[in-house]
Amino acid sequence: MFGFFKSSKEPPPATDQAEAQAAPAPEQAKTGWAERLKVGLSKTRKVLNTPVGDLFRRHAHIDEDVYEELETILLTADVGVDATQYLLDALRRKVKQDKLTETGQLRDTLRAILLELLAPLERPLDIDTARPFVIMLAGVNGAGKTTTIGKLAKRFQGEGKHVLLAAGDTFRAAAREQLAVWGERNNVEVIGGQGEGTGGDPAAVIYDAIHSARARGIDVVLADTAGRLPTQMHLMDEIRKVKRVIQKADPAGPQEVLLVLDANTGQNALAQIKAFDEAIGVTGLVLTKLDGTAKGGVIAALAHRHAPSRPPVPVRFIGVGEGLDDLQPFRAAEFVDALFGE
Amino acid sequence: MFDNLTQRLGKVVKNLRGQGRLTEENIQDALREVRVALLEADVALPVVKDFIAKVREKALGTEVLQSLTPGQMLIGVVHKELAALMGEHAVPLSFASQPPAVILMAGLQGAGKTTTCGKLVRVIRQQGKKKILTVSCDVYRPAAIEQLKTVTAQAEADFFPSEPNQKPEDIARAALDYAKRHFHDVLIVDTAGRLHIDEAMMAEIKALHAALQPVETLFVVDAMQGQDAVNTARAFNDALPLTGVVLTKLDGDARGGAALSVRHITGKPIKFAGVGEKLGGIEVFHPERMASRILGMGDVLSLIEEAQQAVDHQEALKTVQKLKSGKGFDLEDFKSQIQQMKKLGGLSSLVDKLPGAGGKMGADDLAQGEKQMRRVEGIINSMTPEERRKPELLKASRKRRIATGAGVSVQEVNRLLTQFEQARKMMKSLGKGGLSKMMRGMKGMLPGM
Ligand SMILES: Nc1nc2c(ncn2[C@@H]2O[C@H](COP(=O)(O)OP(=O)(O)OP(=O)(O)O)[C@@H](O)[C@H]2O)c(=O)[nH]1
Ligand SMILES: Nc1nc2c(ncn2[C@@H]2O[C@H](COP(=O)(O)OP(=O)(O)OP(=O)(O)O)[C@@H](O)[C@H]2O)c(=O)[nH]1
Ligand SMILES: [Mg+2]
Ligand SMILES: [Mg+2]
Repeated sequence: MFGFFKSSKEPPPATDQAEAQAAPAPEQAKTGWAERLKVGLSKTRKVLNTPVGDLFRRHAHIDEDVYEELETILLTADVGVDATQYLLDALRRKVKQDKLTETGQLRDTLRAILLELLAPLERPLDIDTARPFVIMLAGVNGAGKTTTIGKLAKRFQGEGKHVLLAAGDTFRAAAREQLAVWGERNNVEVIGGQGEGTGGDPAAVIYDAIHSARARGIDVVLADTAGRLPTQMHLMDEIRKVKRVIQKADPAGPQEVLLVLDANTGQNALAQIKAFDEAIGVTGLVLTKLDGTAKGGVIAALAHRHAPSRPPVPVRFIGVGEGLDDLQPFRAAEFVDALFGE
Repeated sequence: MFDNLTQRLGKVVKNLRGQGRLTEENIQDALREVRVALLEADVALPVVKDFIAKVREKALGTEVLQSLTPGQMLIGVVHKELAALMGEHAVPLSFASQPPAVILMAGLQGAGKTTTCGKLVRVIRQQGKKKILTVSCDVYRPAAIEQLKTVTAQAEADFFPSEPNQKPEDIARAALDYAKRHFHDVLIVDTAGRLHIDEAMMAEIKALHAALQPVETLFVVDAMQGQDAVNTARAFNDALPLTGVVLTKLDGDARGGAALSVRHITGKPIKFAGVGEKLGGIEVFHPERMASRILGMGDVLSLIEEAQQAVDHQEALKTVQKLKSGKGFDLEDFKSQIQQMKKLGGLSSLVDKLPGAGGKMGADDLAQGEKQMRRVEGIINSMTPEERRKPELLKASRKRRIATGAGVSVQEVNRLLTQFEQARKMMKSLGKGGLSKMMRGMKGMLPGM
């Protein structure tokens, strides 16, 4: 939520274009997750002028100023008005109930309340329940779908899985070429990655990929789709169709529908989740671009605002850079700690 | 999803009515609503605070002088302040330099830079500049160069090839040199998306700027961006002498508070709005429209303006003539109205601009509405020209025939005729109330509105 490791850009490889694209991305520094968080956090500090640590140092006793500063921190992290209000109300209740007076206690209390809110979002993805396990990625334009597929392919291969990619974005300029590069970097095949230019039926490409995966005993199919805004009615219809066609190839599929969210997104993320969920039934989220200063706090709003009839959509992974390794499973405690960690 | 500000203030204004004057306390309530509305529209908190302080000052200052109701006064102050903050009017691109005029694109990952390059080609050509060259300095993102190449070909401009193994600065220099030697009027330089905290990448774009000396350095911002917009805008503005902003993906349903944040931080004009993925999806930015959008107040003015552009004038004239001559408004006119509505970008874009409608209608209602529009068209298509002119001819057997032809039930044909009657009444008021009234009336014709 509050700043993550920034991986440096890969240097341009010194080969010609075709070779350069085939070459795997250089290994990222092998820093652990906690390490990454700390680095990211110190960077965040420089940018934000009111980090929580400072706040607690500056005020020894709990007063209205402390609450107001906490409100500022939550609001500027895109937590949203409602969820912020909810968190602060819960905090005030607890302070009263437990007769707290020191800001140090306030901090542990707020951490606990935030963790309680976010914990239901931590439900790791299990890809061993079907073969092939079909994952469809969807989201608004530029959120990071194609890049996330590249990272997921690496991750699943690392777990010993055979992976196949489906180039379901037949619309955007060079979208297939982009996925093809990620295929080459991971040394996995991309179905529909060869097609020249744009045009073609995304549903058909993904359908073919699933059949091909089954014939070859592939474990995981990662299906890319074109970016689309929920206001684009025909494109929302199109993605419904993509899902229906997947179900024709595999009545139990897609096993996972991942909605990719850019951590920079403000409150519109809630509308995105709602619209995509209604269209294709979202089963998991990926929160990308957490290596910047955007906090992705809108997932707290999501956790707060979900329908009571079912748990909130889990955040399966977070994206922390543009390289192959810049993907991490979501951990609620780490997410919260990133805010309060020293 | 959220109450819009008009609805929010509506509540407060009701409370204020009859009290005669604004008290500090009353302003407090109303301003809290404004604050929440702006935050929900993703205006960054520090910007909201500044804004509220300004409005408070203005509102209290004018209290005694104005003879308006307190509510009108407050809404007026809020809207005026916001519009002023957004900028007074649209600012065009500058070409004031020795050719080639260089345009440098900058922004976060995925904001829409590459796509905007293609769109700008179109815009610039419309402004009379003929020879345009594009080049990509994005040696990082897979197939980024390929993407710009494709987009440039679609926009029919010249493309300067580059390779991922080259240095961005070398590419830029070579392209500039080429553009000079081949007498290009304009050179558009695409760059990789970068984080403002990535020191190496920020240094890179500074170097690009130094090498290119662009007349325009455009900061591309995603309209969906949240609170962090202030941090990124500040960093890019500090690193580069930005000349303008392009706000992309405004065709979505984000309220676009980032526009205000970026504007407040950089003070630079927002020059264009991206309103679609295709090359035509770009518009000159209208500050006052954006102010209304952020506030959720709708924008009848822009609707009328668009209507004037998109609607077939001959067609419109015919309808008006018909009305003036006292002759009836028939189903043929009704159909052509629906077609004109489609030209205006469909219901969703229309409803966006109607005050008060946005809050009440979800995507579902709209989808439903658009479907309904298509059905209505289908039904009218199944009628004979005579039936369209004289709907009173439509008795049971004809209705059955039409229903079968259009693949709908007789009830639906009946419903259409009822709606048509309403529309006919509405059209009578066209002469009196003007287009905005007509558009507002149209809401009533569709289910769920
Ligand atoms: N810093 C950072 N950049 C990212 C991350 N994930 C993706 N990106 C970048 O975001 C930009 C867009 O990523 P894509 O994967 O093309 O996004 P997409 O959702 O497939 O985009 P469309 O297909 O055009 O809708 C690229 O420049 C990526 O390198 C991340 O976790 N961190
Ligand atoms: N709906 C809509 N989509 C847009 C608009 N502008 C850009 N896009 C889409 O947003 C996505 C990202 O656009 P790009 O042009 O690749 O963005 P970029 O800033 O060049 O991305 P990087 O080079 O990865 O930093 C693509 O899917 C575009 O089609 C717009 O105004 N409306
Ligand atoms: Mg993509
Ligand atoms: Mg680009």
